[in-house]
Amino acid sequence: MGNLLVNYGEAAAMILFVIGFSNLLLHKNLIKKIIGLNIMDSAIYLFLAEKGYIAGRTVPIVVDGVQSVEAYINPIPAGLVLTGIVVSVSVSALMLSLTIRLYRRYHTLDLDEISTLLKKEGV
Amino acid sequence: MPGRGMPMSRLKPRSEYEKTGSFRFWRWLAGSRDPYVGEVEMKAQIPKEPRELTIRERMQERQELLTRVYDIENNKKIAFFHRIYVLAAVVFCLCFAGILVAMVSMLPPTGEADRPVNNEVPARYIESGLQETGAVNIVTGMILDYRAFDTFGESNVLFAATTTVLILLHEKKKKREDGTFEEIPSDRLLEPKQDAILQASATVLVPVIILFGIYVILNGHLSPGGGFSGGAIIGAGLILYLSAFGFEKTEKLFTEKTYKYVSFGALTTYCLAKSYSFFTGANHLESHIPLGTPGAILSSGLILVLNICVGMVVACTMYTFYVMFRKGDF
Amino acid sequence: MTLFQVILLLFLLVCAVSVSFSKNLLNSVLIYMSFSLIMSIVWVTLQSPDLAITEAAVGAGITSLLFFATLKKIHAIDTLQRQGRAIQDPQPDGEAEGDRQGKAAKEESREPAGAGKGDAHE
Repeated sequence: MGNLLVNYGEAAAMILFVIGFSNLLLHKNLIKKIIGLNIMDSAIYLFLAEKGYIAGRTVPIVVDGVQSVEAYINPIPAGLVLTGIVVSVSVSALMLSLTIRLYRRYHTLDLDEISTLLKKEGV
Repeated sequence: MPGRGMPMSRLKPRSEYEKTGSFRFWRWLAGSRDPYVGEVEMKAQIPKEPRELTIRERMQERQELLTRVYDIENNKKIAFFHRIYVLAAVVFCLCFAGILVAMVSMLPPTGEADRPVNNEVPARYIESGLQETGAVNIVTGMILDYRAFDTFGESNVLFAATTTVLILLHEKKKKREDGTFEEIPSDRLLEPKQDAILQASATVLVPVIILFGIYVILNGHLSPGGGFSGGAIIGAGLILYLSAFGFEKTEKLFTEKTYKYVSFGALTTYCLAKSYSFFTGANHLESHIPLGTPGAILSSGLILVLNICVGMVVACTMYTFYVMFRKGDF
Repeated sequence: MTLFQVILLLFLLVCAVSVSFSKNLLNSVLIYMSFSLIMSIVWVTLQSPDLAITEAAVGAGITSLLFFATLKKIHAIDTLQRQGRAIQDPQPDGEAEGDRQGKAAKEESREPAGAGKGDAHE
């Protein structure tokens, strides 16, 4: 078992990642696939934030001039995740706009149907 | 054959000049020849012929398509492949989950201070961040001072994403014969019009939301928040205003030109504020602006300016995303 | 605090699983919205309020709005009202029954709208 019971947060992040990945594999609907990708994003952010968390320490905002390392958690994962969250929005906006274009052309969201139609068109 | 906009040279004859690199560069800049044509294999999308189908014909076509894709009883091959695919996917996901959880169980325990993540880098940020950046919030000081180029690249990612969405979802206005443009059919037809409850609550909420967003941006170096979150809050306020009062009201406030000027101005300000150190020796990214008293609004040097820039870019991006998804044009 | 965190993480897992099992697209987007909200509480318990504010504004607010706008564009939101009519239509049986009924309902709802409102969305 190792540290599994202590690392429950990271284990949950990994299981979330796999759930998002199975959404990508098993669903044919493009919207469901995009939601799955977003869940995978969130799982990675959760994993990073759990890495930086230290029990018993507080937010890295300097209060009363206390500047010892023992007082604050690790600020680096927070910075990484902060930029990542905003980028993930633009990625999902891009994917959704591509989905709208596909729907306008083929009138369906099912990947199998789209690929059948593509074969019919000879692309 | 020198066309319009082709680069010319006074020193060399034309045949010799066309072999130089500067000719190719100026030709590319003038846009008189696409460098990819003839060099890269390109396949244009076949334009779909507009065909007016009756409803019955379209339904029949759809049924044919569905039978071709999903005819599971008759097509044993498709059924077999489908079953194998689902089975393999489930088995793969289970194995993947098992491997990842086993890996997690071997990681050092969460919440302890002596993990390899907590090395001397965060220690430096915490111990001397306040003196070096002037920001009370260490995360903001980190992403807008020590790692400001990272954040600049990310603002550019947002800008590029908006540009791509503009290209993908833009609907061209059709020109009428008398020179005026046809009105794009807006999706207001499908929305509830003049919703009293929505408008009343928006009247109360929108100023508060936008004011809170501005507070979060301006206090980015003192409290949790900053450009990204404040910009997203302002964008959400603008979206609420749009969905309550429609495009006629928001067009007075925010058009495509506003987006262009605001995000270009913000990105340029950011770029100039952070890249001037290249011209002063590029030893380190130290600013010569006084850092001020920690805890005051006008403190921490450039971080306040950069926060405002990032906030404007993010707010414009979020609002533009929504507008493009709704209507296809400002 | 530990028990609270465990409960929140369980909520996250339940939301993620139920996204893939819900038949209606609007439902799964709503579940994803609540997933983001729970995520922002998880950020607070992990001592990162910056992330909590950003996630609440961006993940639960803007991303879901973009999803709703997309569903509106692809005519998936008004599936529910037309569901009754779609089920009466003859449909071939198969494994993807639920999916196909949703599609058929979408298709069904598309046609009258296109005929009545002069192709407002095409």
